[in-house]
Amino acid sequence: MPADRMPRPPFFAIGLLSGCLLAYEIALTRLFSMVLWHHFAYMIISAAMLGYGASGTALTLLRERIAPHFSTAFLATAAMLALTMPLSFLLAQQIPFNPLELLWDTSQLPKLLAIYLLVVLPFFFGGAGIGLVLWRFGMQAGRVYAADIFGAGAGSLGVVALLFFMSPSDLLMVLAALALLAAAIAAIELKAQPGWLAKFFLVLALPAIAAAHAGWLKIHPSPYKDLSQTLNISGTRVIEERPGPLGDVSVVESTRIPFRYAPGMSLNALDEPPPQLEMFVDGNGPTVLTRFDGNLAPLAHLGQLTSALPYHVLGSPAIGTHRAHGPYVLVLGAGAGADVLQALYYRAGSVDAVELDRNIIDLVRNRFGDFSGNLYKRPDVRVHEGEARGFASARLGHYDLIQVALLDSFGVASAGLYGLSESYLYTVEALQTYLGHLAPDGVLSITRWLTLPPRDSLKLFATAIAALEKSGVPDPGRRLAMIRGWKTVTLLVKNSEFSPDEIAAIREFSRTRSFDPGYYPGMLPEEANRYNLLAQPYFYESAIALLGPGSQDFIDRYKFNIEPATDDRPYFFRFFKWDAAVELFSLRQQGGMALLDWSYPLLVATLIQAVLASILLILVPLAASQSRQALPPASAALYFLAIGFAFMFMEIAFIQKFILFLSHPLYALAVVLCAFLVFAALGSWLAGRKQGRAAEARSVTTAIIALGAVALLYLAFLPGLFSALIHLPDPAKILISAALIAPPGICMGIPFPTGMARLACTLPDAIPWAWAINGFASVVGAVLASLLAVHLGFTAVILLAVALYGLACVAIRRGFA
Amino acid sequence: MNRYFVMGTLLCFCCALPSYGEDYGAKRHKMVEEVLADLAANGNPAPSPDVVKAMEKVKRHRFVPDWLTRFAYINRPLPIGHGQTISQPVIVALMTDLIEVKAGDKVLEIGTGSGYQAAVLAEIVKSVYSMEIIEPLGKEAAERLAALGYGNVQVKLGDGYYGWPAEAPFDAIVVTAAASHVPPPLIAQLKPGGRMVIPLGAQFMTQYLMLVEKRPDGSVSSRQVIPVGFVPLTGGH
Repeated sequence: MPADRMPRPPFFAIGLLSGCLLAYEIALTRLFSMVLWHHFAYMIISAAMLGYGASGTALTLLRERIAPHFSTAFLATAAMLALTMPLSFLLAQQIPFNPLELLWDTSQLPKLLAIYLLVVLPFFFGGAGIGLVLWRFGMQAGRVYAADIFGAGAGSLGVVALLFFMSPSDLLMVLAALALLAAAIAAIELKAQPGWLAKFFLVLALPAIAAAHAGWLKIHPSPYKDLSQTLNISGTRVIEERPGPLGDVSVVESTRIPFRYAPGMSLNALDEPPPQLEMFVDGNGPTVLTRFDGNLAPLAHLGQLTSALPYHVLGSPAIGTHRAHGPYVLVLGAGAGADVLQALYYRAGSVDAVELDRNIIDLVRNRFGDFSGNLYKRPDVRVHEGEARGFASARLGHYDLIQVALLDSFGVASAGLYGLSESYLYTVEALQTYLGHLAPDGVLSITRWLTLPPRDSLKLFATAIAALEKSGVPDPGRRLAMIRGWKTVTLLVKNSEFSPDEIAAIREFSRTRSFDPGYYPGMLPEEANRYNLLAQPYFYESAIALLGPGSQDFIDRYKFNIEPATDDRPYFFRFFKWDAAVELFSLRQQGGMALLDWSYPLLVATLIQAVLASILLILVPLAASQSRQALPPASAALYFLAIGFAFMFMEIAFIQKFILFLSHPLYALAVVLCAFLVFAALGSWLAGRKQGRAAEARSVTTAIIALGAVALLYLAFLPGLFSALIHLPDPAKILISAALIAPPGICMGIPFPTGMARLACTLPDAIPWAWAINGFASVVGAVLASLLAVHLGFTAVILLAVALYGLACVAIRRGFA
Repeated sequence: MNRYFVMGTLLCFCCALPSYGEDYGAKRHKMVEEVLADLAANGNPAPSPDVVKAMEKVKRHRFVPDWLTRFAYINRPLPIGHGQTISQPVIVALMTDLIEVKAGDKVLEIGTGSGYQAAVLAEIVKSVYSMEIIEPLGKEAAERLAALGYGNVQVKLGDGYYGWPAEAPFDAIVVTAAASHVPPPLIAQLKPGGRMVIPLGAQFMTQYLMLVEKRPDGSVSSRQVIPVGFVPLTGGH
C-alpha cells in the first residue's frame, strides 16, 4: 500500500514493540544472571544495539523489495520478534559455554560468539520493524520516534512489575504474546489485508500465554553455580522459590547431610552450627537461615568468626564486661539473618537490619518464621527493606556498631566475576557516611573473603584511610584495625582512637581463635604472621605502607588495583592491572589465571567484539551494496555518530548518579530509564513540530546548549542536593528524580528525530545509513561508556557526552545537503 | 555424492575413535616434566621422588570423561561432570607434596571426585580412605579405582564432616570438597604431627592452598600457599 494512502504510522504497535524489546533486554539480563553470571549484562546491551544497527543495514539492502510490501514486512518483523525471543534463548542454552573455562579453553570463544549472535536476533527483528516505520514515515520521524521511546519507557517499568509475579523465562513467553498482540494492533492500524490477520495473530498469542502459564521454557543454570553444586548433594531439594526482579530466590533444605555454613570459622573451634536452610539468589549464594529457638548457646560458632571481633572491642555484655546494655547494631545486607543472630548472640541492645530483597525478608519473617524463631519479628530487631548505602545515608540515628555483612559467595568473589559491578557500599563516600552514623566510640566493621595475594582487604584499608582523611582525621592509623583468619578478613574503623583496653581485646580475640592481626595501632611486626602463615606478612607490611608517606607510590607499585573506590568510580571489585595480567597470563600453566580479575578483559573483549560485529554486520554490507551511492554527507554521518555515542554516555552515566539517590539499583534503573525515555519521547514529539532546515538546526542548537548547561549544573549541584534530600520518602524522591530528569531528557530526545527529518527532506535514501551509523555508535557507546567510567569516572563520561553533542550541533549547522 | 558421504562417514569414524594406541606414557612423562618445571619456576621446592613417581604412574586419562582424554595430559583442570573438576596436575603434585606422605601412611580424602588424587596418594601410601558426597561421582570413582587395581583405596559415599572415625587417626587429610570452614572432627582425626591440605578458590581456579599442621601438642597452625610464583609488588617485596 503506498504511503500516501496509509492512514498514519502504527503508533500503538510501535510503542508496544519497543516496550517488548526493552522488557526483553531486561529479562535477558536476568536470565543470563541465572544461567551464568551477571557480568554478561554488557554483552546483552551491546547485542541489543547491534540488532538495531544491523536491521538498518538490512533495510537499506532490501528496501527496493520491501517498499511495495510495507505492511506485510512490518507484520513479519513483529511476528519474527515474537518467535525469536524465546527461540534464540532456547538455542543459546543448548550451547555448552562455560565462562570459567574461557581462559583455559579457546573453544569457548566461538561458543560465546554464537550465543551473542543468537541474542542479537530478536533485537534485529524488533529494530527492523521500528526502522521500517521510521523510513516509511520519515517526515513524521519525531512522532514515530516518540512512540518508540515512550513504549520503551513504559516497558522498563512494566517489566519490573511483571518480574514480581513470574520468572524471566515465563516472561519471555509473555513478551512473545505481546509482540503478537503488537502485530495484531499493527494489522488494524495499517488496515492490512486480508482482514482476518489481526485475529490470526491474536490466536497465535494464545499458545504463548499457555506456555508461560505452564512454565514451558525451562532454564538450565551452569553446573558450576552455587545452587547447582548444592543440589548435587543427595537429600537436598528446593523447598521454596520466589520470583523477583532482584533475582529469583530458592530456599534449599538438606535432609541427609546438614548444611553447616560458618565462613572461615576458627580452626580452634569445636562448635557445629545448628540446622540451617540455604537461600540462593539467581543460583548464587548462599545466605543461610539458621534454626533459632531463642536459646543462644547453639550459636556459639558465630563467636568463632572474624566478624565477631567488634563485639569484643565494644565490650559486649556477652563476654562478661561491665557494659550496662548491649551495643546498638546496624547490619547492612542482613540476608537471611546470620549477622543479626550474631548480634543477638552478643546481647545487642537492638538491631536494625537492612536487606534489599523483600522476598528474603518475607521468607524469614513469614514462611520460615517458626524455623528462624521469628527472628525478623522480634521487638529488638527492626528489619528495613532497602539498599544499605541509601539507608545509612538517610538514617539519623547513631549506632555502636555498623556491621557490613559478607554476602557475596566466596567462589564468585575469588573468580573475579564482580570486577565491573558498580558497588556504592565500599566507596570513600560510603565509609564517610557510615562513620557519620556511629556513636562517638562506635565501630564500623566490614568483613571480606581472604584473597591471596591480598586485594579486597587492602583496597578496603586504603578506602578507609581516604575516608578518615577526607573527614579531617589527622592520624587515621589510630582508628584502624584489621585481622585475618584463614578465609576471611575483618576491618574495623573506629570513630575515635582505639584505647589500650580495646587493643588488648583485639589481641586476645585473635590469639584465642588463631587469627592473625593484620594491623592495629602500635602493633609489632612479629605479631603479624603467627597462626596462618604467609610467605610474607603481606597484610601488615601493606597496611604500614598504606599509612605511610609513600602510600600512593605503594598503590601504584602494587600489581592489583587497590586505589580507593569513589562514588564517581564505584568499582570496588576491580583489581585488574594490565601489567599484572600479562604476567599472570604468562604464568597460566602454573595456575596464574586464578588470580586474574577477568571481568575487565571480558569488557574489553566485548568492546572489540561489538566494534567488529557492528562493522561487519552494519557498515560493510551497506558499503558493499548499491547503497554506497546513497551515502550521507560527512556532516550527517558525523551527526548521527556523535549523537549515538552521546545519548548512551549521558543515559548510562546519569542512571548511575540517580541510582545512588534512589537507593535501590533495580527500581532506580526502571524509574530513571522510564523517565529518561518518556521525556526524550516528549522532546521528539516537540521536535516533530519544527519544520524547515533553519528551524531544525536552531532547535537542535538550543536543545544541545540547554543540555550542556543542565549537565554541568547537575555535575556541580546534584551531589549536594542528593545528600540534602536523601532522607525523604521514596515517592518524593521518585518525583524529584523525574523532575530533574525532565530537562536533559527532553533535550536528548530532539537531535535524533530532527536529524532524521532533515535527512528525509534532503536525502531520504540515506536514512537507513543514518539509522545504521547511529546503531553502530550506540552498540559501541554502550560498552565504551562503562569502560570510560572505569578509568575516568562518570563525571568525565558526562562531559564527553556534552562535547559530542556540541560536535553534532556543528555538523547539523553545516547542513546535510 | 556417495563418495563424499563415504568420506564424511570415515572422517566421523576416525574422529570418534578412542585414542587407542596413543603413547600415554610419553605424554604423561612430558606432563610431569612440565609440572616440575612449573613448580621450579614458581620457586617451589622440587616434589619428593615418591610424588614424581606416582604422577608418572597414574593414568590421568582414565580419570577424565572419554571425550576429554586427548586433554588428559595437558596441565589444566578439566570438567568431570556434576559441576566438579579434576584438579590441574601441578596443583595435585603440590598438594601431595605438601602433606609429606610416605609409605605406610594412612590418608583420608574428603571429596573423591574422579579418584585421581586418591590414585596418586595410593601409589605412595599404605591406605587411602576417600569420601564423596555426590553419589554418582563416588560410585564411578570407586568402580574406576577398583578396575585400575587400587585395592588400597576405600571409597565411601556420604557426609565428610565427621571424617572416618573408624579408621582415625590419619597421617594426612586432603579436603578437595568446598567447605565454608574446616570441620572440627577432621582436625580431631589428624594425628599429632599430621598435615591437612585444602585448595581454595572457584572451580577451575585454585587460588591458594591451605596447609593445616597439627603440632605434637595437639595445637594447630595453618599456612597459606600460593601456587604461583607471583610477587604482588613491583620491584620485589
